[in-house]
Amino acid sequence: MAKRSKKKETPSNPENRKEKEVIEVEGLIKEALPNAMFDVELPNGHHVLAGISGRMRMHYIRILLGDRVLVELSPYDLTRGRITYRFR
Amino acid sequence: MPIELKSEKELNGMRAAGRLNGQVRAILMKAIEPGITGIELDELATHEIEQRGGSVTFRGYAPGGKPPFPGAICYSVNEELVHGIPGDRSLEVGDIVSIDIGVTYDGWVSDAAFTMPVGEVSDVANKLINVTRQALLCGIDNARIGNRLGDISNAIQNRSQGYGIVRGYGGHGIGREMHEQPHIPNYGRKGSGIELMQGMVFALEPMLSIGNPETIELEDEWTVAMFDGSLGAHWEETVAITSEGPEVLTQIIE
Repeated sequence: MAKRSKKKETPSNPENRKEKEVIEVEGLIKEALPNAMFDVELPNGHHVLAGISGRMRMHYIRILLGDRVLVELSPYDLTRGRITYRFR
Repeated sequence: MPIELKSEKELNGMRAAGRLNGQVRAILMKAIEPGITGIELDELATHEIEQRGGSVTFRGYAPGGKPPFPGAICYSVNEELVHGIPGDRSLEVGDIVSIDIGVTYDGWVSDAAFTMPVGEVSDVANKLINVTRQALLCGIDNARIGNRLGDISNAIQNRSQGYGIVRGYGGHGIGREMHEQPHIPNYGRKGSGIELMQGMVFALEPMLSIGNPETIELEDEWTVAMFDGSLGAHWEETVAITSEGPEVLTQIIE
């Protein structure tokens, strides 16, 4: 019988962020593209081209196919996004 | 909590529990056929374990406010990954089924699982089962004195490339209790974690899926299923770290 892992990390509190004009959604990595870009599928079925946030690059967070991630979308262009958190 | 090291004498106790587990799993593997239900397999397992002087570990196990687990085995079909409660669901050709068995013998616990196809199954399903098994063997091969816990995790992760590695559950130390320290994730960095020493006994258990590794717990509060409904497979053995290398205590005995 498998043992349950300890608690999950929680994403940093969105209210503390400087950029307020973003839409945060959870997505699923569908494809890894060159230049650290990813094809992310959103719960509504839309696909978004997303890059990795600088903070995640700094900490060298790896992203694999099938990972669940938090994506920031700009309200101006909903086809591109920035991955700000990888759920584990 | 520290990790308990087992003496040679204590290991003998665990070997006996493991042998029983291997025998019963071999019997269950043969019993799996289209039409058989979880309850029937559960009764068979209970009978075979008790006939050999062992007792069922899982029944009544209730960690952290969960309802007690009602079965002797975990019976998880297709998209169900682990901890399925044996019920009326009968097996059909094309299903894959994972059976997890815990046996207590003379105070020592053994914990092991297998995933098997029912009749002819798709190539994808067969491959998933094989890769999960291979991943387990890679993990076992790294359970050596002087290695680190991360080496086991990393070996499992490497062999699992291309499949969803379930992150919410993992292996564990085992002895007089089913779940002892440490927790052993199925992914990790080489060279990280504690150093492995003679007398440690682990239950290693890779859990892989064809799709997204995200899992969901069903309403019965036990069954863990794949969130996206894809197939999941699970292999497990109880392994002791000895001076002669890894020793699988729950080897399936024909």
